[in-house]
Amino acid sequence: MTEIDWKLSQDIQLLRLVTVGSVDDGKSTLIGRLLVDTKGAFEDQLLSVRRKRGPAKESEIDLAMLTDGLAAEREQGITIDVAYRYFATPKRKFIMADCPGHEQYTRNMVTGASTANAAIILVDARNGVMPQTKRHSHILSLLQIPHLIVAINKMDLVDYSEEVFKGIRDELGAFCAKQGVHDLITIPISALKGDMVTVRGDNMNWYDGPTLLEVLESLEVTDHIDEKPFRFPVQLVNRPQTPDLPDYRGYMGQIVSGTIRPGEEVIALPSMQRSTVREIVTYDGNLEEAFAPQSITLTLNDEIDISRGDMIVKPDQMPKKEREFSANVCWIGDEPLSVRKKYWIKQTSNLGKVMVSGIEFKTDIHTLDRVSTSELAMNEIGRVSFKLQKPMFFDSYAENRATGSFILIDTFSYNTVGAGMIV
Amino acid sequence: MSKRKLTQLQALEAESIHIIREVVGTFRNPVMLYSIGKDSSVMLHLARKAFYPAPLPFPLLHVDTGYKFPEMYEFRDWFAKEIGAELIVHRNEKAIAQGMNPQEYGVARCCGALKTQALLDALEEGGYDAAFGGARRDEERSRAKERVFSIRDEFGQWDPKNQRPELWNIYNGQIHEGESVRVFPLSNWTEMDIWLYIRQENIPIVPLYYAKERWVIERGSMLIPFYEGMEDQLREGEKPTKVMCRFRTLGCIPCTGAVRSSATTLDEIVAEAAAARRSERETRLIDHGSNTMEDKKKEGYF
Repeated sequence: MTEIDWKLSQDIQLLRLVTVGSVDDGKSTLIGRLLVDTKGAFEDQLLSVRRKRGPAKESEIDLAMLTDGLAAEREQGITIDVAYRYFATPKRKFIMADCPGHEQYTRNMVTGASTANAAIILVDARNGVMPQTKRHSHILSLLQIPHLIVAINKMDLVDYSEEVFKGIRDELGAFCAKQGVHDLITIPISALKGDMVTVRGDNMNWYDGPTLLEVLESLEVTDHIDEKPFRFPVQLVNRPQTPDLPDYRGYMGQIVSGTIRPGEEVIALPSMQRSTVREIVTYDGNLEEAFAPQSITLTLNDEIDISRGDMIVKPDQMPKKEREFSANVCWIGDEPLSVRKKYWIKQTSNLGKVMVSGIEFKTDIHTLDRVSTSELAMNEIGRVSFKLQKPMFFDSYAENRATGSFILIDTFSYNTVGAGMIV
Repeated sequence: MSKRKLTQLQALEAESIHIIREVVGTFRNPVMLYSIGKDSSVMLHLARKAFYPAPLPFPLLHVDTGYKFPEMYEFRDWFAKEIGAELIVHRNEKAIAQGMNPQEYGVARCCGALKTQALLDALEEGGYDAAFGGARRDEERSRAKERVFSIRDEFGQWDPKNQRPELWNIYNGQIHEGESVRVFPLSNWTEMDIWLYIRQENIPIVPLYYAKERWVIERGSMLIPFYEGMEDQLREGEKPTKVMCRFRTLGCIPCTGAVRSSATTLDEIVAEAAAARRSERETRLIDHGSNTMEDKKKEGYF
């Protein structure tokens, strides 16, 4: 297949990737390398990177400059916010989120990681496992990113030493095993020189595993969300009230899990009223079956009480309905979370009010010990119990990422201050 | 591939429709910025899909500099009527009357007056609290950094160092009085995706995207479109020539270059996009001055 043929192929699937790790572990350089080697960067973009650093030879392209898109980042030589980059190979299309390494920008790292199917944790071979490596791997384990890949980078600066590689692999492997992550894939690379990224190179013949790109192309992306209970958070009620559609009433949303067919019995939450599906409406015609993550419109056979923020489910697959719950929380607000504080909570399309009823513990990211505390400061992670103003419908995050996740919004600044995963 | 699997274009479509509906569910008075280009055309198509069978629940806003191609105006008016959309055209009449142009005042000042200022004025006049834009993250490196919901202060400005975290697909649409949000439903689409989707959905686009013999001025590596009345803009030794060419992106006549091409069908355009070694924005003069995209975005450009 020629390059043009596979770019035109419509059947490829999407893999959402995130790169994390400590400052200067080479995340931006690695993405630059992948972009250059897979021809994901255009010639004029490469030229503009070179131009800014004066006359330079091909080998001197500053790969990080391709992704550090903000003036402040290039000035300071650090990554402040997530950059999203796109590249494709004959096997799949990749959306890659390049995350900042600095602790103060952890909130941006969480942003980049929350949508990922796979994560690459970069480690500088000279420095080994750093505090940020641990913080990031802990956040990835809470987010339950399906695939974690450790890329031990800058192997060229440690003489491509197998001993160094094994030392770091075992240390990080043990740390991740403590949080229940057992299937780490660990690869020695040099993002700058290109070894084991898209090609093997000649410097690490002692390593017989796959290159990084081979791993990325072969990861299983199927998440089986269509096999989970049907969950349809209603975003809008469509009532055109036009002359040709005077009584039409459609419920618009994206199926976050499961499948639905016309004729199936459904139940609307919180009204608990039942009906059956009349039609699954789309611009391209009505469907015989719809499945996650399709965006559709449902019409029902009965007029029942449903509005934005409600959820349509099937009667034999009910989610939990509670006013109290507890969740793992990554705190990303400037002001600490503390007991009795109130926030807005947004879960699926539903916005409500919540109060912190207790903090069960915070996690010491070095030891993973559970420490008692009266507040969670910025970038801290802990288990928090909440009380809702009105009951909410949810699943645990482990069962359903979409109905088990939420954000907390500060009622004064309106900033997003917390990321929650219901346990 | 199993039966219940979306292709990557279907996955992008579902994601974009979710974003568009979320905006309508969250904001009081949204508007869709419509530039007449291929990305706008895709965004508009997705919006029509999102609300089908109802009409669009928001108007389209075209910020017109007066320097667009005649084919673009023609297409805009025809298409808005064709789909029954409400179209609002806003121009910075004061600057246009004063003869603002990129040759004398420079590209940065001209864009500042005719695009950024005009956009900010139009949004304020309409009282819009949310504006959809067709920008993609793969277009330019500061756009690669932008959130799907991008908050603007009461001056319409972007603070790239202090963006709201954006987790999963849960969008925080809470804003204070005077603030607004720019929403980018095509954030995760690439140029290739746009062309493949236009082909798959048969979306009408401005004929300028197709190659034909056109009058141009060859300046360095740029092909500058030449229309009657532009004689005074010729530099020494330049004369208009007819070249088989097309436009990869559309902007204002003085600042948009054409590329040599023989692609006269959608299939040929898609094949050309797949083989491209240089980015589409290379032909846009506005990206290459000292006033970068990031600077313009901070000032309020979309």
